[in-house]
Amino acid sequence: MSECEKDLEVLRETFKSGKTREESWRRSQLKNLLRLLEEKEDDIFKALKQDLGKHQVEAYRDEIGTLVKSVNYALDGLKQWMSSKKAKLPIAAFPSSAELVPEPLGLVLIISSWNFPFGVSLEPLIGAIAAGNVMVLKPSELAPACSSVLAKTIPTYLDSKAIKVIEGDYSVGQKLLQQKWDKIFFTGSTKVAQIVMAAAAKHLTPVTLELGGKCPAIIDSLSSSWDKNIAMKRILSGKFGTCAGQVCAGIDYILVKKTFANELVQMIKFAIPKMFGENPKESHSMSRIVNKTHFLRIKNLLDEPMVKASIIYGGSTDEDNLYIEPTLLLDPPVQAAIMTEEIFGPLLPILTMDNIEDSIEFINAKPKPLAIYAFTKDEELRRKIISRTSSGSVVFNDTIIQYAADTLPFGGVGQSGFGRYHGKFSFDTFSHEKVVVRRSFLTDIWFRYPPWNDHKLQLFRVGFRYDYLSIVLITLGLKKA
Amino acid sequence: MNGVHEDMLGEVRTTFRSGRTRGVAWRKAQLQALLKLLTEKEDEIFEALKQDVGKHPVEAYRDEVGVARKSATLALRCFEKWMAPQKGRIPLVFFPARGAVVSEPLGVVLIFASWNFPISLALDPMIGAISAGNAVVLKPSELAPKCSSFLANTIPLYMDPEAIRVVEGGKVVAEQLLQLKWDKIFFTGSPQVGRIIMSAAAKHLTPVTLELGGKCPAIFDTLSNSSDLQVAVKRIAGGKWGTCNGQACIGIDYVLVERQFASVLIELLKKFTKKFYGENLKTLENLSRIVNKHHFDRVHNLLKDPKVAASVVYGGSVDEENMVIEPTILLNPPLDTDIMTEEIFGPLLPIITLNNIEESIQFINSREKPLAIYAFTKNDSLKEKILQETSSGSLTFNDAVIQFICDTLPFGGVGQSGLGRYHGKFSFDTFSHEKAVLHRSFLIELEPRYPPWNNFKMEFVRLAYNYDYIGLVLLLLGLRGIFRTNRRQ
Repeated sequence: MSECEKDLEVLRETFKSGKTREESWRRSQLKNLLRLLEEKEDDIFKALKQDLGKHQVEAYRDEIGTLVKSVNYALDGLKQWMSSKKAKLPIAAFPSSAELVPEPLGLVLIISSWNFPFGVSLEPLIGAIAAGNVMVLKPSELAPACSSVLAKTIPTYLDSKAIKVIEGDYSVGQKLLQQKWDKIFFTGSTKVAQIVMAAAAKHLTPVTLELGGKCPAIIDSLSSSWDKNIAMKRILSGKFGTCAGQVCAGIDYILVKKTFANELVQMIKFAIPKMFGENPKESHSMSRIVNKTHFLRIKNLLDEPMVKASIIYGGSTDEDNLYIEPTLLLDPPVQAAIMTEEIFGPLLPILTMDNIEDSIEFINAKPKPLAIYAFTKDEELRRKIISRTSSGSVVFNDTIIQYAADTLPFGGVGQSGFGRYHGKFSFDTFSHEKVVVRRSFLTDIWFRYPPWNDHKLQLFRVGFRYDYLSIVLITLGLKKA
Repeated sequence: MNGVHEDMLGEVRTTFRSGRTRGVAWRKAQLQALLKLLTEKEDEIFEALKQDVGKHPVEAYRDEVGVARKSATLALRCFEKWMAPQKGRIPLVFFPARGAVVSEPLGVVLIFASWNFPISLALDPMIGAISAGNAVVLKPSELAPKCSSFLANTIPLYMDPEAIRVVEGGKVVAEQLLQLKWDKIFFTGSPQVGRIIMSAAAKHLTPVTLELGGKCPAIFDTLSNSSDLQVAVKRIAGGKWGTCNGQACIGIDYVLVERQFASVLIELLKKFTKKFYGENLKTLENLSRIVNKHHFDRVHNLLKDPKVAASVVYGGSVDEENMVIEPTILLNPPLDTDIMTEEIFGPLLPIITLNNIEESIQFINSREKPLAIYAFTKNDSLKEKILQETSSGSLTFNDAVIQFICDTLPFGGVGQSGLGRYHGKFSFDTFSHEKAVLHRSFLIELEPRYPPWNNFKMEFVRLAYNYDYIGLVLLLLGLRGIFRTNRRQ
């Protein structure tokens, strides 16, 4: 048996022992996770700076802070989430009762991406623990310092017989995917998602896929300068200010009405230095591109001649420092790669429309994204966007912040994924809701059994309609159906 | 041939894109049309079921027509409520904001129905898909050809043919359909085919619901009260042979009982089996037929192993020409024979004896998670143990199969018995995407969210995530120090 298989055996044995189902175990793990986040905060900051050049405040805002919030939310909700829910039964079932009892799925595999290496690893972990599972976390090797911090700290804070971190690259991932899991939770690209789901299919393993897509931001003509100012901050933050645009729910491109485009461009050009400094590279307020491969991928998006010609701001790159300047493009060709592939970087195409409503058709011609953003005060436009587009979520007048709302499910649809998590949805995604029905021997629906006759058929007809009176009358021979 | 299906899918997709299926009026009309179909064509349905699986009209009503009617009636009554957005409470720190979760249809869904309940397993998911506003392509099982052709001929007469299509055919057609891109695939059938479906779905990242089966055990504890005993055994007999003659995913596959109680159980089973289904092979009645030669041979072969044949204590006779196997009870066939390793899906009932009834838990846990576990017992602590220590789609105490009928209970498996669930509102949900909608205002802004960064903003963000509102106010008023100043900028 390989090392990997031996590890999984230990985890399965732990699960069989029933330890992880105890509320006390789940609580202690969550509390220890909170301690880890507090005591190892410096290590986390350092690793994020090393792998992604993330500033501490951005790291806290987007990763540590959200995790602290989520652990506390899970601790608060745990008892209630674990409890069974009564289900109503029709009177004909009297005296029976039924309930839905959540139970853990068993051994789960969490595969996380490199852009929020802590956030996207530990957020599902919280759900898996709260639901009482045992688990393997496979962090992304593209964020090696973070992967290493996770591999070192998790065993010292959490139950190493129930929660294991397995580091490694693609080949390790492949080996893990060949095993039999009770659930796989994957955050990453559509390409790898297909491989994960195909592997899961062999064992009929349920999966949750958190993917991405080209998340558009529709910018309606705003009149108030207060509104414009705030919108600017939120847009820039949702593009350049979160991992330099390397975020599944970040703004990929902007749609704006032709007549407002100039003003918008001026506003953005003005706001970028205010937020990121005159020289964003030196101010350390923007993350870096994760590695050379992605750097070149993004740089190449700019190389197509017609795309290059559409650059109206920025465009400079520094390969040694893996830095790409916040870059604006005005109406690059829609067939160019920058408009057909997920950018995942600090390039912001601005597409102009004759009317702002045309954005709906534009968005619908592309695969369903993880999020659609719209900056507008027009209720009618909002209504149209909600009812005529499809996406994981829709956010009006802000960006990415839905990630922090525990009461809203976070997940995609179509090419942006399926399944969801955050808050109780995390608990649910790692649980099976078992139906438990308790029947009595006291009463029996006598017409359930053969021999069959017309009489019984009539009784079934009215029975399904919950027409109890008719059941009684027909049984007593007082009514013919 | 694939070009034909692609065109068909293209047309259905165009209909969906037009927005027609999302309207309340359309959904209502389709559900009403379906109820009309079930009323007006009831005799044809009974006839088709009789021909395909030999179902008696009463069983056909109970398990298929009645079920579909009930589901459509419930959906008609409730779908508008289900469509309504649910408000989500948003944390104060986001103020002012409002959040909601809005259900929307997935798009064009593909439904594969199996042959044992060829009508209800086609229509029940379809009802869910329609109430959720989707367009539907239904592929009935070719192993129930009369029902398949009934659906193909009748549905277009009652329902919107541009949005709801029936595609008939066998393996080849199924494979062609699986090459195409769907927004959801709903499959009822065997785990082997379930794997093929999910692998195909992976190419397009299509979400799937797989309703599979497994060996559903019935734990039979010692019951002392004679009236309880009678009711329990009736329910077991009904739960084995009463639904499509054992060819049901939630039917009882085998029984676990304590050694000293086995003979009581077997005697009572014989009594009720004779009463419900006839004395012997020649006088069988009220039983569905085995669906075809392939399955007849498969089930018959389970009996051919000499050790298995030796364990038959009742029945065991077979009429090859008419493809009939009489209700058969076996006592302790060897655990490594096919009858105990594969899903039987036929009228053979193995009874396995144990030293004590608690051993049934370990017995069940050493096998794949089944769709249902049944336990006949009045012992509360045994019930609790079974509940805590086993896993299955559902667990029913003191009855069998009926959980299928309750719309308030989600119906689905876990592990090898499937993923996803439906019935009632769960059907609506399984064909919907719950979209999160967040409305934020420009009124209030939290500057500390954005660069340029400094210690104040760091402290602010810390307090915000801890929902430490008092701390936040104090910080903003300058009355609270910035405690973590030893962090580098």
